[in-house]
Amino acid sequence: MKKGIITVIVIAVIVLLIISWGVGIYNKIVPMNEKVGTEWSNVETQYQRRADLIPNFVNTVKGAAAFEQETLTRVIEARAKATQVTVDPSNITPAQLQQFQAAQNEVSSALSRLMVVVEQYPELKATQNYRDLQVALEGTENRISVARNNFNDAARTYNTFIKKFPQNMIAAMTKFTQRPYFEAAKGTEVAPKVEF
Amino acid sequence: MRKIYYILCLPALLLFSFSLGAQTLLPKPDPPRLVNDYAGVLQASQIQSLENKLVAFNDSTSNQIAVVIVNDLQGYDRSEFAYKVAKDWGIGQSDFNNGILVLVKTKTDESTGQIFIATGYGLEGAIPDLTCAEIIDREMLPRFQVGDYYGGLDAGTNVLMSLASGEYSYDNYGRSASSGKIPAIIIIIFIIVFILIASSGNSNNKHIKNSGTSNLPLWLLLSMMGGGKSHGGSFGGFSGGGGGGGFGGFGGGGFGGGGAGGSW
Repeated sequence: MKKGIITVIVIAVIVLLIISWGVGIYNKIVPMNEKVGTEWSNVETQYQRRADLIPNFVNTVKGAAAFEQETLTRVIEARAKATQVTVDPSNITPAQLQQFQAAQNEVSSALSRLMVVVEQYPELKATQNYRDLQVALEGTENRISVARNNFNDAARTYNTFIKKFPQNMIAAMTKFTQRPYFEAAKGTEVAPKVEF
Repeated sequence: MRKIYYILCLPALLLFSFSLGAQTLLPKPDPPRLVNDYAGVLQASQIQSLENKLVAFNDSTSNQIAVVIVNDLQGYDRSEFAYKVAKDWGIGQSDFNNGILVLVKTKTDESTGQIFIATGYGLEGAIPDLTCAEIIDREMLPRFQVGDYYGGLDAGTNVLMSLASGEYSYDNYGRSASSGKIPAIIIIIFIIVFILIASSGNSNNKHIKNSGTSNLPLWLLLSMMGGGKSHGGSFGGFSGGGGGGGFGGFGGGGFGGGGAGGSW
């Protein structure tokens, strides 16, 4: 009878130890996942900043010259489409990220085409207003790329952690899944990127 | 069985990919320096005078302005290159993110010259992107165009310094630095209290009311306090002297994409 009680106590202690060990790992995953979400909201903020700049930019360009209407409407349409794409920051799926990235890349390429067209209008390029907007736009693009890199770093840290043994068992039990990465737009990638 | 093999391989794969990912564009200067001329366009005396100016600025305001001159961006965009280096080195204090990186890519026969001023998170308000662009246009590019790298960097950093010092004063930095000393004071007080309790406990146990023994702890205590004080004084003197001699190192400040660039 006494032996039975001891066995029960020993098993209970072992179970408790395993549970507290699992909880410890879980408590490490949570802030990492949280960090991915925070970095994601930074990415969205910076893209929003660009979206807010675009109407100003379009108006400046429109007022300066009898401008190619097609180029302008393409920018406006791409912007409108991109602002409609929403991503759930707590559960970013590869499909969502891909959709988001495709919409934002559309804006980028429409904007860069607009910049090329502006090159043909030296008097527009010389105005202070246009130059200010150009600096603002460039700064926004820089912030976007930094935010994207930070997001990728946070996602990589998180993914690496939950992929490793034994964390992968706890992650699978508590339904933590891998987070997708931003990929460099085709043709703009210069540095060798490491994928795994 | 296959799965086990896969699990065994995974750490090795991860390790391999990390060693690839950890490569840096420019190694952190050792010993730390604020002016780093990898292209060799500045004379030693010019580097020294810029370095002295920026180190003095770092000592008085805690803002760190680093200058990096290269002749190759290694295929990167100028802004991307600047942010990667700034992040790797951690320019600026980590509490304030008050670092600035002035990146210059020299003009060569085949390529244009590039300049980029990257501002840390904490200085984006004091030095907006537009101001960076103006500094580049007014102070730096006209001098760079005639090959006067030192003149452009000197004038540019002067404006950056006057702008940056508006946002963070020495007082602001000093207050946060002194917070590190509080635990030491608490520990000293704790030791004093402990000695007092121990000595009073001793005399109670032995029932000896000798004035000589009760004076001994007090004397010890006084000498300890005196010793502590003189030690602190000599340490302060040392760090003050060290600060004048060279740059103490980068503080780990963060960059969020502020700044502007130009080319010639």
